[in-house]
Amino acid sequence: MNLSFLIFLPLVTAIMILVVKGLKQVRAIALFGSVLQLLLVFDLLFQYLKERAHNTTQMLFQYDYFWFTPLNIHYHVGVDGISVAMMLLTAFVVVAGVLVSWAQETLNKEFFFLLVFLSMGAYGFFISLDLFTMFFFLEVAVIPKFLLIGIWGSGKKEYSAMKLALMLMGGSALIFVGLSGIYYFGVAGSQSFDLLTISQMHIPLLIQKIFFPFLFIGFGVFTALFPFHTWVPDGHSSAPTAASMFLAGISMKLGGYGCLRVATYLMPEAAHEYQWIIILLATIAIIYGAFATMMQTDLKYINAYSSVSHCGFVLLGIGMLTRTSINGAVMQMVSHGLMTALFFAAIGMIYSRAHTRMVDQLGGLLKVIPFISTVFVIAGLCSLGLPGFSGFVAEMTVFMGAWQNPDGWYRIATILSCASIVVTAVYILRAAGKTVMGPITDNHYLHLKDAAWNEKFAAALLIIAILVIGLAPFWLTDLIGSGTDAIMSKVLVIVK
Amino acid sequence: MLNDFLILMKQELVITGIIFILLFIKVGSKEWKNESIMMLVNGLLLFNVLFNFFGNSEGVLFNEMFKTNQLIGLEKEILSLGTLIISLQSYCWLKDHKHVSEFYMLLLSTLLGMFLMISSGNLLMFYLGLEISTIPLAAIANFDLDKKQSSEAAFKLIISSAFSSGLLLFGISLVYGITGTLTFSELPSLLAVTPLQIFAFILLFAGFCFKISVVPFHLWTADVYEGAPVAVTSYLSVISKGAVLFVLVSVLYTVFKPLAAVWYNMLFLLSVLTIIIGNLFAIRQNNLKRFLAFSSIAQVGFILIGVSGSSQAGIASVVYFILIYIFSNLAAFGVISVISALTGKETIDDYKALYKTNPFLSWVLTIALFSLAGVPPTAGFFGKYFLLLAGTGMAGSKGFILWIIIAALNLVISFYYYLRVVKAIFMDANEHPVKKITLPLLPKIGLIICLAGIIATGLFSFIYEYIYTLSSGF
Repeated sequence: MNLSFLIFLPLVTAIMILVVKGLKQVRAIALFGSVLQLLLVFDLLFQYLKERAHNTTQMLFQYDYFWFTPLNIHYHVGVDGISVAMMLLTAFVVVAGVLVSWAQETLNKEFFFLLVFLSMGAYGFFISLDLFTMFFFLEVAVIPKFLLIGIWGSGKKEYSAMKLALMLMGGSALIFVGLSGIYYFGVAGSQSFDLLTISQMHIPLLIQKIFFPFLFIGFGVFTALFPFHTWVPDGHSSAPTAASMFLAGISMKLGGYGCLRVATYLMPEAAHEYQWIIILLATIAIIYGAFATMMQTDLKYINAYSSVSHCGFVLLGIGMLTRTSINGAVMQMVSHGLMTALFFAAIGMIYSRAHTRMVDQLGGLLKVIPFISTVFVIAGLCSLGLPGFSGFVAEMTVFMGAWQNPDGWYRIATILSCASIVVTAVYILRAAGKTVMGPITDNHYLHLKDAAWNEKFAAALLIIAILVIGLAPFWLTDLIGSGTDAIMSKVLVIVK
Repeated sequence: MLNDFLILMKQELVITGIIFILLFIKVGSKEWKNESIMMLVNGLLLFNVLFNFFGNSEGVLFNEMFKTNQLIGLEKEILSLGTLIISLQSYCWLKDHKHVSEFYMLLLSTLLGMFLMISSGNLLMFYLGLEISTIPLAAIANFDLDKKQSSEAAFKLIISSAFSSGLLLFGISLVYGITGTLTFSELPSLLAVTPLQIFAFILLFAGFCFKISVVPFHLWTADVYEGAPVAVTSYLSVISKGAVLFVLVSVLYTVFKPLAAVWYNMLFLLSVLTIIIGNLFAIRQNNLKRFLAFSSIAQVGFILIGVSGSSQAGIASVVYFILIYIFSNLAAFGVISVISALTGKETIDDYKALYKTNPFLSWVLTIALFSLAGVPPTAGFFGKYFLLLAGTGMAGSKGFILWIIIAALNLVISFYYYLRVVKAIFMDANEHPVKKITLPLLPKIGLIICLAGIIATGLFSFIYEYIYTLSSGF
C-alpha cells in the first residue's frame, strides 16, 4: 500500500474545499474526504495485519525518496503497529469532528480547510520515518490550531490561541535543538535524520544525556507534560468543538508518539537515566490534574484538566520502560483520544443548545435531551475507567506495566497514580450528576432539541470505537505489540 | 576579447540597455504615458529574467577586475527577479507619479551597481559597484516628493552609507598597505592572523555590517524604512541586503579564509546580538514598515548563522534563504504597498479586521508572515532550518550548541510578533476596516509570483539541490 495516499487525500480534500462554494458543498466535500480517509486507514489496517503475519521487518510499506539530497533529508515513510493505531484514532476523530461542525455558519470554507489541513499534518507525522520530515509535519499541525481557536473560539480566545501557539512553537524549538544534536552526533561520520539508521547505531551516552531532555520536553509540551501543560486548559476551553476534539484527540497524541518513537527509542540509555524525573513529573501531572479538575465549574475546563491527568498516564507508561507499560501508554493514547473527543463533542452539543457550560447552571438534561446526555455519561464513565470501556483497559495496562518495574519508589508513584482514579470518579460523577440528573434548572431547557443525525453519527462512531477497544482489547494489543517489541529490544539491553 | 565581453557581461549589458532605452524615451520629443512606460519596463525586466537564466558561463575580464560563474549568474538572476516583482508591485504608487522613467533609471542603476559588486574580483571594483548601487538608492528614497519624511530618509541613508563607505575604504587601504594587492585571487596567500590585518578586516566587516544592518550598525534602518516609499523600502530590505550578503559570503569564504577563526567568533557575537535586538524591537512596533524593518534585522542575524558554516552547505543555504526571503518579504511588502498607496494606512491597528474586506490580501500577507516566521509548509521553514543546519555544520566549534539554542528560542519570539499581525487581521474587531480594494492586474501578478515562490521553493527540493550544485566552487 502506498502510504503517501494518506497525505495526498487530505491535501486534495483541502484544495477541493477551497474550490467549491457554500456551506453545503464545503461540508459535503469535507465529510466525503474524511470518510474516504477512514476507509483508507481501515484498508491499511487489514493490509498491515495480512503483511505482518509473514513479514517481520520492523516498518512495513516503506517508501524512501531523497528529498534534500545534499543534507541527507529523506521523505521516508513506513508504518508499524503503533502508527497504524494512531492513524485509526486520527481518522475516527476527524470524521467525528467534521460531523460535529456540520452547521458551521461563519467562514465555513476556512474552517473546514484548516481542519482537514491539520489532519494532514497528523497523518504525515505518524507515518514519517525521517526526523526532519516528521518535524515538518509536526509544525504543519501547529498553525491551523492557532487560527481555529483565534477565529472561531469563544471566551478569551486570542489569549488562548497565542499561548497555545507560542508554547507549541517553544516545544518545536526544543525538538529542533534535539534533532540537530542527533543529526550531527548521532551517527559517527555521517549526518542522518533517518530514524531506522540512527536506531541501529549507538549514540554516545554523553550526547544522549545532553539532547534527550530537549527532545522529551519538546514533545512533552505537546502532550501536557507538567509544568508545560498550561496551554491545555486555556486552549481547549476556548476552542470551537471540533478544534477541541482535534487538539485533545490528535495533537496531544503527536507529543506522546514523539516522546516514545523519537526520544525514548533513539536514546534509551538517557531515558533510563532520567527515568525518575519523567515518572515524578508524570505522577505530579496525574495527581495535580485530577485535583485541579475537582475545582472546575466549566465543563470544558473539567475535560481539559482531566486530559492533563490522563496524558500523565501516557508519560508514566513511557517512563516506566517495561513492555506492558509502554503498551499501556500507546493504548491510553488511543483510548484517551477517542474518549476525550467524545466528551468534547457532547459538551459542544450541550453548549450549542443551553448556551452555557457551567455545571451549576445546568441540570436535568437527561429528561429533555436524552441522547446527548447519555453520550455525556458514557464519555464520563469511560474517563473514570469503568470496565467495558477503553479507559479501563488502557489504564489497567499502564498500572500493571508500572508495577512490573521493581523499584520501590516507582511503585509508590504507581500507587499514588492509581489513587487518582478515585478523584476522577468524584469529579466525573459530580459533573454528570449535576448536569444530567436532578431537576431542570431553567425552564428554557424544556424546549431544547435532541441531537441531529450528524451529531448522532459522530457520537455513535466514537462510542463504537471505545466499546470495541474496551470489550476486545487484544486486537489492539496485538497490533501495537510489534512496535513495542522493537522499542523494548533497545530498552532491555540497557535495563539489564 | 569582445566575444568574452559580450558573453560574460550579458546580464550587465541587458540592464544597461534598458537604462538607455528609458533615457531615449525621456529625452525624446514624444510624451509617454506612465502606464506604457511601466508596461515596457516590466516587459523588459521579464525578458531580462528569462533571457539570462541560461547560458551563464564562467570567466574573468579586465585583469580579474570582473569575474563571473554559474553561481554569480544565479545570484544576479535572483536579484533581477526581485526587481521585477517590486516593479510590478509599485504599480499603484507609480501610476500617478510625475517621474516614472527617472525612478526606473535610478532603480536599474542600483541593480547594475549590485551586479558589478557581486561580480567583482578586486576590492576596488567591489567598492565601485557598491557606490553605484548606493547613491541612486538614496535618490529614489526621496521619491515621495511631497513628504518630508521621505527626504529625511534619503538624507539618513546617504549619510550612513557615506560613513560606512569611509570605514570600508579605510579597511581596503590597510589591506593594500599590508599586502600590496587588492585582487581576490592573490589576497588569501598573503593574509595571516596579525593584529593589523585583523584591524583591517574589522573595518571592512563593519562596512559590510552597515549595509546589511547588523546590530550595532542597524540604527539607520528603521527610520529609513519608514520614511522611504514602500517600493524603495522593499528594495532596500531585500535586494540591496541580498546583494551585499552574496558578496560578504564570497569575500569571507575566499579572501579572508585565513582569518576564519576570527570571523567565526565575530559572526557568533554579532548574529546573537542581531537576532535578539531585532526581535525585541520588532515586538513593540506598530507601523508595519518599521515592524518589517526590525524583523528583517532579525532575519539577517539568522543568515549570519548560515554564513558561519564556512562550507558548501553554508553558501547554498544563504543563497537559498535569500531567494525565499525575497519571495516572502516582497509578498508582505506588496500587500502593504497596495494598501498604503490606495488608502494611506500603514499601522497594525489599521489592519484589524482586514480579512472581512480583503480576504485575498489577508491570506497573502498571512502566508508571507508565516514564511518569514519559518512555519511549514511555506519555504521559510526550510530556509531557516537549513541555515541553522549549515551553521551548526561547524559542529565542534565553540559554543555551537548555545548558538543554536539561542536561535531556536528566538524563533519563538519572532513567531509572537508575526502572529500579532495575523491576529489583528483575522481576530480583532475594527469599526473602520480598510475598504475593499480591487487589485490592478500588475500587482496581482507580482503577489501571485511571490505566493508561488513561497510554496514551491520549499517543497520542491530541486531548487535547493540546484543551488547546492552551483555552490561547489567555494
